[in-house]
Amino acid sequence: MQVSESMTAMEPRGGLGVAIAATVRRDLILMLRRRSEIINPLVFFALVITLFPLGISPDPDLLATIAPGLLWVAALLATLLSLDSLFRADFDDGCLEQLLLAPQPLPAMVLAKVAVHWLLTGLPLALMAPVLGLMLSLPTGSYLMLAASLALGSASLSLIGAIGAALTVGLSRGGVLLSLLVLPLYIPVLIFGAGAVQAAILGDGGMAHLAILGALLATALMLAPWAIAAALRISING
Amino acid sequence: MTFRLEARHLACERDDRWLFADLDIVVGAGEIVRIEGPNGSGKTTLLKILSGQLTDYQGELYWCDSPMRQVRSDFLANLLYMGHAPGVKAALSPLENLAWYQALAGESGSESARMKALAAVGLTGFEDIPAAQLSAGQQRRIALARLELIERPLWVLDEPFTAIDRDGVAELEQRLLAHARRGGSVLVTTHHDLTSLGELRRIRLGRGVVHAGQ
Repeated sequence: MQVSESMTAMEPRGGLGVAIAATVRRDLILMLRRRSEIINPLVFFALVITLFPLGISPDPDLLATIAPGLLWVAALLATLLSLDSLFRADFDDGCLEQLLLAPQPLPAMVLAKVAVHWLLTGLPLALMAPVLGLMLSLPTGSYLMLAASLALGSASLSLIGAIGAALTVGLSRGGVLLSLLVLPLYIPVLIFGAGAVQAAILGDGGMAHLAILGALLATALMLAPWAIAAALRISING
Repeated sequence: MTFRLEARHLACERDDRWLFADLDIVVGAGEIVRIEGPNGSGKTTLLKILSGQLTDYQGELYWCDSPMRQVRSDFLANLLYMGHAPGVKAALSPLENLAWYQALAGESGSESARMKALAAVGLTGFEDIPAAQLSAGQQRRIALARLELIERPLWVLDEPFTAIDRDGVAELEQRLLAHARRGGSVLVTTHHDLTSLGELRRIRLGRGVVHAGQ
């Protein structure tokens, strides 16, 4: 074949910031266009919390005792519910393999995706929790701590859950397996999250618990992106 | 520096069956290489191995004479891969889809460049319509617009002609030819004839027998 000019090999040109910003923007647009995926976990959260006073007892004292744990467990399950779709759509339409073939570090790209997941799942749950706390007659003074602990904790939940979502994305029914994989890892977050609210009710302030939640988040931020990237590579290889 | 993708003694086994064995391939600048074979003969698997997606194979891969494992990020900066799934988000418009691909390549890009790429694949007037409302062929054309938009020397195309109409096939053939004339190279699988491209290098897969002729 006649070659008129010669094309040479190209050097990687960086542009990681551009790629991350574009991925965040794209995922935000996608989620906002499929609003049911944002609303489903919130509705689930509200339904579960609404049913408890009906099922147990409307006694405010009893409800106030179990409220911190209840709110945290329901929020955790709502997060879990939303995780399966994190990489599923991208896997189905081929965008995931393109993401893996992009000349950008994969851990940074998946971190962008997880950040969007937290922004549209964890954060709304944290903002909604005080309203539902009112329904469980959560003692005053612990509402701020409830929202803060959930906002901080749900970021860890998104990061840890994304590892499971990445591992199960190649399976057609990975939902149950996903729960089994990530639930054990969720337990420390649950203990310290509910503990923070409990401590605020008892008047200890709960800052120590928040600090531990922050430490858990820092660890997750450090390790999870690499684990998610490796898990995605395994899933694509399968 | 010109570029060269080389595979030595490549072999791949799936479900106790050798798809291909002892396969040597060299793809250099200005070449179009066609991989052919019946369904299930391992064409897609071979392309995925050559584009660095699968690690489950025997043999060695080299990019510009360096082992692939060491120069993976250099290699990815030179690769444009199009798989079976077009990689087009149904909820996004063609323009938004392309903007993401441009950003993945590390370029912020301009809207006029994206419009031009879409015009080149015959999607003028559909730029802002969600891809879900477009036909399968048009969605495939959005993916093909990446060939126009993002400058990469090595194209690895798995069945790029799927769902494309006759005129589109002819245009795409010319695009492949123009890319090779400019010194780029193309690895392609297709069941189309590609007669307008003249005599191509072929790699025939099938039943464990490999003919890597000229």
